[in-house]
Amino acid sequence: MLLTLLEHNQGKLNAVSLETLTLAHNLAADLSDSLEALVVGEEASTLVDQLSAYGVTKMHLIQDDGLKDYAPEAIAHSIVQVMDTLSPEAVFASGTDRGNEILAHVAAITDLSMAANCVEVQPGESYQVIRVRWGGSLLEEAKLTDSPKLLTIAPNMIESSPAVDSATCELAIFKPTLDEKMFRVRVTERIEKASDKVSLAEARVVIGGGRGVGSAEGFALLDELADLLGGAVGGSRVATNLGWRPHSDQIGQTGTRIAPDLYIACGISGAIQHMVGCKGAKHILVINEDSEAPILERADYAVLGDLHEIVPALIDGLKKEEAG
Amino acid sequence: MNVLVCVKRVPETGATIILTEDQQNIDTRNLGFAVSPHEECAVEEAVRLVEEYGGSSTVLTLGEADATEQLRDALALGVDRAVLLETDGSEWDPRATGQAIAKAIQLQREQGFEFDVLLFGNEAADSGGYQVGVRVAHALDMPCVTGIKGLELKDNTALAKRETDSGWEVFEVSIPAVFTIKEGINLPRYPSLPGRLKAKKKPIEQVEPQGEVGGLEKVRLRTLPTQVSEVDILGTGPETASKVVTLLKELRLL
Ligand SMILES: Cc1cc2nc3c(=O)[nH]c(=O)nc-3n(C[C@H](O)[C@H](O)[C@H](O)COP(=O)(O)OP(=O)(O)OC[C@H]3O[C@@H](n4cnc5c(N)ncnc54)[C@H](O)[C@@H]3O)c2cc1C
Ligand SMILES: Nc1ncnc2c1ncn2[C@@H]1O[C@H](COP(=O)(O)O)[C@@H](O)[C@H]1O
Repeated sequence: MLLTLLEHNQGKLNAVSLETLTLAHNLAADLSDSLEALVVGEEASTLVDQLSAYGVTKMHLIQDDGLKDYAPEAIAHSIVQVMDTLSPEAVFASGTDRGNEILAHVAAITDLSMAANCVEVQPGESYQVIRVRWGGSLLEEAKLTDSPKLLTIAPNMIESSPAVDSATCELAIFKPTLDEKMFRVRVTERIEKASDKVSLAEARVVIGGGRGVGSAEGFALLDELADLLGGAVGGSRVATNLGWRPHSDQIGQTGTRIAPDLYIACGISGAIQHMVGCKGAKHILVINEDSEAPILERADYAVLGDLHEIVPALIDGLKKEEAG
Repeated sequence: MNVLVCVKRVPETGATIILTEDQQNIDTRNLGFAVSPHEECAVEEAVRLVEEYGGSSTVLTLGEADATEQLRDALALGVDRAVLLETDGSEWDPRATGQAIAKAIQLQREQGFEFDVLLFGNEAADSGGYQVGVRVAHALDMPCVTGIKGLELKDNTALAKRETDSGWEVFEVSIPAVFTIKEGINLPRYPSLPGRLKAKKKPIEQVEPQGEVGGLEKVRLRTLPTQVSEVDILGTGPETASKVVTLLKELRLL
């Protein structure tokens, strides 16, 4: 049996969970094995219908009063207890902050190896996996020899689709035995962010600035352009490291991943750790003074020259357009 | 307050990654080396914690002898001590790495060095295993909060903040504890010249690494097919602005 930990938001599966389920149900079909799911939180009981379509035969709802708020170690101990009763061949989670964290705890408790952020899995005595490295800019073929197998699935790399053969998903309640110590790490407070600005991750247009912008003040131009286009401003690591922008504006491997219709990259050279964050962009327009800049190889459109002249001209052009 | 920070030496790749012929590693002949941005921030956090609460900071790495460079970089920023778990340069999987680091920490303890706060990167820049910190926490029976962008200490408790889509989650844990850091928790300082000179003279403690490799074995690396796109050069200089406006209209963004 294959077991998949699923994340949901108030009883709604997120997109990444569906991707993980897709890989897992394909694997279960290859192995002629069954697929079962693990969820935490009462609201999850509504998920059974959706899980049937994804070929899941049983959903184990982990039930404990202590799990009302997020407690990774206690969840991991619950999963280990489920594993002890059901002896799954493999346990999957999504390669999200929480998925990787919980499965790492499971791996540490059981002293098993774990392969993070896999994109392909070939079963066998040992699993042959392909996983991403460098935040998605390099692939690794690896062998996972320990059993049971622990794997997380890289987000946004697999297209999700329901199973060819749907199943009838049954709901099973699992009550773990948890002691106080297992709750030593839990969320004790939440702070909501109030923001009226378009978020970098969701904006349709993103204006990015790098070393070429030259200063924090230089970013005022990009802010003005973003306002005119209803977009958001981001930057390279050079821009955040020099304190021109807060780190929350950083695009790339150790920052935010963007997926706009258009990314306008100003004064950015195109390092692989930056570009991995813009893979989701439909079109890239580069403004750069160097006609040899590596980013041009990844761009659809480019304007060559000094961004400090080009961006103001563009702002003027847009204002005229607005005025009719 | 004694703080330990663990870093991993990785190549600084540029715009493309080139692999060695046997596909086992990145071809580093023309590359410099660094640690992950998350770990740079962890080093900075270690130095700040000691500045604020007193005590000492220690940096530790498992890697080939050349990784001394990354230890000295941390010393130059104000870390007090450095420990090298020297390997032959072959890759240790995260489970073995966690075992070796936990053993080294136990050894430090036997020599009278107790750590109150253990800092890791959220994930290593190259292999991205997302687990070494968690494994070390379990081996030493400590709580662990991953991916934090805020840390405050008060007496024997720590408030660790983690960013989510909608805001912040706060975890209150008792110390000693393990924290894995994400870039953004602070803005790392640059090394000073005296700092660099001092770092050159500091001793590097050597510890024989102990861990059983296996469980997750690298077979080979593969580069992704590069999507080289045909770029349409719209023009040069500010006169091109009107063409960009036309493009924005075509893309239905105006
Ligand atoms: C593990 C790791 C993780 C990393 N994570 C990230 C990440 O998440 N995000 C990220 O961005 N980086 C990341 N980096 C850093 C990355 O490798 C690069 O150093 C960084 O992206 C370079 O930023 P840049 O393009 O702004 O600067 P540069 O590479 O210096 O490029 C500046 C560009 O601006 C152009 N320019 C200069 N002046 C002008 C002008 N007046 N008008 C027009 N063009 C001009 C130049 O021609 C050049 O192309 C990471 C690095 C490592 C090792
Ligand atoms: N070889 C190593 N030496 C020291 N610390 C390491 C090593 N490998 C991983 N780490 C630490 O563990 C963190 C997570 O690594 P990983 O689980 O491999 O992604 C890294 O950011 C480092 O802080």
